[in-house]
Amino acid sequence: MKEKIRNLWKEVKKNKESYFLLLPYFILFFTFVVIPVIVGIILSFTNYNIIQAPRFVGWNNYKRLFLEDDVFLIALQNTFKFALITGPLSYFACLFFAWLINELPPKIRSVLTLLYYAPALSSAIFFIWTYIFSGDVYGLLNGFLMNLGIIKEPIYWLQDSRINLYVLMVVQLWMSLGTSFLAFIAGFQTIDRSLYEAAAVDGIRNRWQELWYITLPSMKPQLIFGAIMQVTSSFAVADISAQLIGFPSPLYSAHTIVLHMWDYGSIRYEMGYASAIAVILFLITVGINQGVRRIIRPD
Amino acid sequence: MKRINRSIWGNIIVIIVLTIVAIFMALPLVYSIMNAFKPLDELFLFPPRLFVRRPTLKNFTDLFYLMSNSFVPFSRYLFNSIFISLVSTFGHVMIASMAAYPLAKHRFPGSRFLFNLVVFSLMFSGYVTNIPRFIIMAKLRLLDTYFSLILPYIGATLGLFLMKQFMEQIPDSYIESARIDGANEFKIWWYVVMPNVKPAWLTLILFAFRDTWNDTYTPALYLHNEAMKPFSLALTYIQQGGFVRAGAAAAAAILMMLPSLIIFILTQSNVVETMKSAGIKE
Repeated sequence: MKEKIRNLWKEVKKNKESYFLLLPYFILFFTFVVIPVIVGIILSFTNYNIIQAPRFVGWNNYKRLFLEDDVFLIALQNTFKFALITGPLSYFACLFFAWLINELPPKIRSVLTLLYYAPALSSAIFFIWTYIFSGDVYGLLNGFLMNLGIIKEPIYWLQDSRINLYVLMVVQLWMSLGTSFLAFIAGFQTIDRSLYEAAAVDGIRNRWQELWYITLPSMKPQLIFGAIMQVTSSFAVADISAQLIGFPSPLYSAHTIVLHMWDYGSIRYEMGYASAIAVILFLITVGINQGVRRIIRPD
Repeated sequence: MKRINRSIWGNIIVIIVLTIVAIFMALPLVYSIMNAFKPLDELFLFPPRLFVRRPTLKNFTDLFYLMSNSFVPFSRYLFNSIFISLVSTFGHVMIASMAAYPLAKHRFPGSRFLFNLVVFSLMFSGYVTNIPRFIIMAKLRLLDTYFSLILPYIGATLGLFLMKQFMEQIPDSYIESARIDGANEFKIWWYVVMPNVKPAWLTLILFAFRDTWNDTYTPALYLHNEAMKPFSLALTYIQQGGFVRAGAAAAAAILMMLPSLIIFILTQSNVVETMKSAGIKE
């Protein structure tokens, strides 16, 4: 045992330059990522209002979340509904469009990449959807549909609690060809061209087979990276809901886990309770991400 | 090269699909650009029109007027944004790549553990850490300072991850020969590794700048002093201003988007090259 520690120390000393290079980043990373996760987990078992010292309350926050807090259950439901629809859809859209764009001539390819990526580039721009989906006759979509005679009365796209979550999904999909989309485009370009030649000789007959047997297996790292980015972002939806529909939304129809956390954390100052919400979100995203990794990389 | 060709019909379908999606993606952008140049009466025309008929710059002048009359002058918001975005982008690119080099190329106790920690933290969104982070900021007495925004951005995870994946592709022989020539690890990082991963840090500049420039959530949380707040936050106030400010809000959105767009166009070819090596290797 002592021998082991001495060897380890020797190794550490030999590599002190490596540690020196790591130091600045990991000080910040630990202060603002690792320690907050640990502190958050601890706080979730307390009552804490910032002014008084935290008071330990055991599992109370969690019990309250699942047994008493109806709004949280709505938020949980909405978040899952939202993530399970937009997550896979936008993941496959990223993959599909990256695949199609990749085969185009370079000039057209860069124009289309810019066009498809632009909505993800700025968070200020999705504001325009409030005009498109505006509930009165001046809304672009209502005006358009009324002009065509499809609807007679304007539809309250963002206020109607039965449809506003779906309207939100459309906006999210519009914005979702982001980081993973670029990763996929790059992934397609790295694939060894000779693989395709070999495949053609071996009897691959069409583009779909080519995609399934050669292209996708060769870009597994990008596929996993894209999946993680997609899961993480689709479970963390909050901003577009608050900005397009309002906070709180009518009948909490577009309430999400992050918004619920925001409500208790920044408005009611119930930090312990808000931390419990954060821990649940953490467990959900990490759990699903691990599952997704297992599916994409079965070995 | 021998490659299976799509049928002519296949090509036509692909072009139609790509065009329809391109229109769906572009329409809101075109609409917001058009709105930014519409006079007020055209903004609330019925039936609404997509294209502007009598373009005007009034929305932009309104915006500047609105902002110059606010409690904090327009230029101050702009300065805050530029300062915060530039310093944190620069810091993140430097410090994350400095840490990425040993993780990619050295073997030492703890290297795997530290990298796995970073991969793990990619799996949950930043919202999860917000509350404890706020408390830590308060304890460190960093609230209401530029540091409260800049330091966490510098310690962000995506950059370290991308840089490490990319640096792994540099041949070991480059590094070996520099070592034989007597360079220390810091010099190798700066003179050998960094020039070889130029596309990677160009990409990182795009991502880091985009994220800091657009962020409205963290500034709202950590900054209470109006004079410290960034442009992005000031613009959300204008966007919430309702009908009267509809034109100014559209103009604001365009202004907000412009810097990221320019950086994207400048770095695009390099971005694609970097992303080739993104991905999680175990």
